[in-house]
Amino acid sequence: MGHSADVIAVKGLRKEYQTPRGTVLALDEIEFNVAEGEFVAIVGPSGCGKSTLLKILAGLVPATRGEVKLHSVSITGPRRDIGMVFQSPVLFPWRTVLDNVLLPVDVQKLGRESNRSRALELLAVVGLQGFEHRYPWELSGGMQQRVALSRGLIHNPAMLLMDEPFGALDAMTRESLNLELQRIWLERRETILFITHSIAEAVFLADRVLIMTPRPGRITEHIPVSIPRPRALDVISVPEFGGIVRRIRSHFSAKNGMEA
Amino acid sequence: MRESRSPALRIVLLVASLAVWEAAVRLLRIPAFILPPPSQIGAALYRGTVSGIYLEHFWITLAETLLGFALGSMIAFVVGTALAASRSIEYYLYPFIVMFQSVPKVALAPLVVIWFGLGITSKVVSAALISFFPLLVNTVVGLRSADEDRVDLMRSLSASELQIFRMLRLPSALPFIMAGLEVAMVFSLVGAIVGEFVGAEAGLGMLIQSRNFSMDVAGEFALLFILGVMGLALNAILVSIRRRVLFWDPSQKAAANAASIKGAL
Repeated sequence: MGHSADVIAVKGLRKEYQTPRGTVLALDEIEFNVAEGEFVAIVGPSGCGKSTLLKILAGLVPATRGEVKLHSVSITGPRRDIGMVFQSPVLFPWRTVLDNVLLPVDVQKLGRESNRSRALELLAVVGLQGFEHRYPWELSGGMQQRVALSRGLIHNPAMLLMDEPFGALDAMTRESLNLELQRIWLERRETILFITHSIAEAVFLADRVLIMTPRPGRITEHIPVSIPRPRALDVISVPEFGGIVRRIRSHFSAKNGMEA
Repeated sequence: MRESRSPALRIVLLVASLAVWEAAVRLLRIPAFILPPPSQIGAALYRGTVSGIYLEHFWITLAETLLGFALGSMIAFVVGTALAASRSIEYYLYPFIVMFQSVPKVALAPLVVIWFGLGITSKVVSAALISFFPLLVNTVVGLRSADEDRVDLMRSLSASELQIFRMLRLPSALPFIMAGLEVAMVFSLVGAIVGEFVGAEAGLGMLIQSRNFSMDVAGEFALLFILGVMGLALNAILVSIRRRVLFWDPSQKAAANAASIKGAL
């Protein structure tokens, strides 16, 4: 690894927080790469520093030490070519669905007119055709998260960061969104870094699963998932799937609050 | 139990209570300079309206209230925005604000009349002074209420602080600002009337005082009724603006906030 096709290259990353009770080591010795068009999932229990890592990648929080590069350029602050999807949809209730998708366009002054059709296209891709003039509070949680996904992609980011995007949804909605995310990824081959605490979700979606253990957050193993795509929901019953899940679970003790 | 809502019953109750009032005053022979019966108040209202005297003073008090409201609200919004934007501005301004806030603004009215005279200016200033705080506080709280995830989202898109203010903080603050405006309007009317009480050449407050001196209590009641209608109308305008501006705020926080603060007055 470490060749030029890498979108993200993280090396020797360390993050410390100063608290009144002293220094807390949140992340230590984090190293990984994400290649162009690759779907990488980071799986770990709550509080292992996943979200901190994501914020560093988004340029929202500075690293204490180490290197984080996007297309070989160090990330020192927020960038215009990163898309983010959070655990909650984080939509603006005073904007219509279409205007929410166009938020990055407005912020980065990319031209509303030229991006309007693109936004409508993205909404169609996520199955929200005809909902463009509705308001977020008129939609279900799953639909809101689809809007957030469209917004994350509208400005053609080099990298899509997803922070437990389906964690707050019910199991059925979550499964259907997993299927859809896979379909969208197969069509568009975005580079995605997907954070989750569900092992099954990580294995279902990713080309590669990075295992993160807590206190301090460390990436302890990279596990490639070579199950052919498109993967159906019943891929869970394939022996290879079970094998990978077991291998991942062996890294975490039961008390860490992991989902299967 | 089923919730009962009959507009007819409402009117019946209103008419009945007026009738009880009328009957009680007449039967108990309460002198009109203590409590006039509704019929006399109605007559006074009719006389003052037909002669045009109420309307003349109505416009003056309305103008004082609206100008004071506009002035106080504008300053409150600007100062509130500065306070919310910068912790150091807050640090330096805070002692002044605490000092100013702890003085009952009504007590400043005599001073204001000395400084600005008996004309409309002193009433506008007094209305502005008293309506300043509700909006100031709500502007600061509102601008700081923006959801952290939304701020992170804007930052991750490399939005400027001005963009974050315009596209996120200001809309997030609107429910609070609208609630502050509703309270400010009520306070502004209070400020204008107090200013007129202290010293004025015109206005409904001045008229109330002159009716009081001449023991025309029915006339006083008629003026109170007009003030009540004015307050209701001003509030109704703000409520309809709020409904339009805050169509996206299903909780209608503004309504609850405004109600609680107004009730405390």
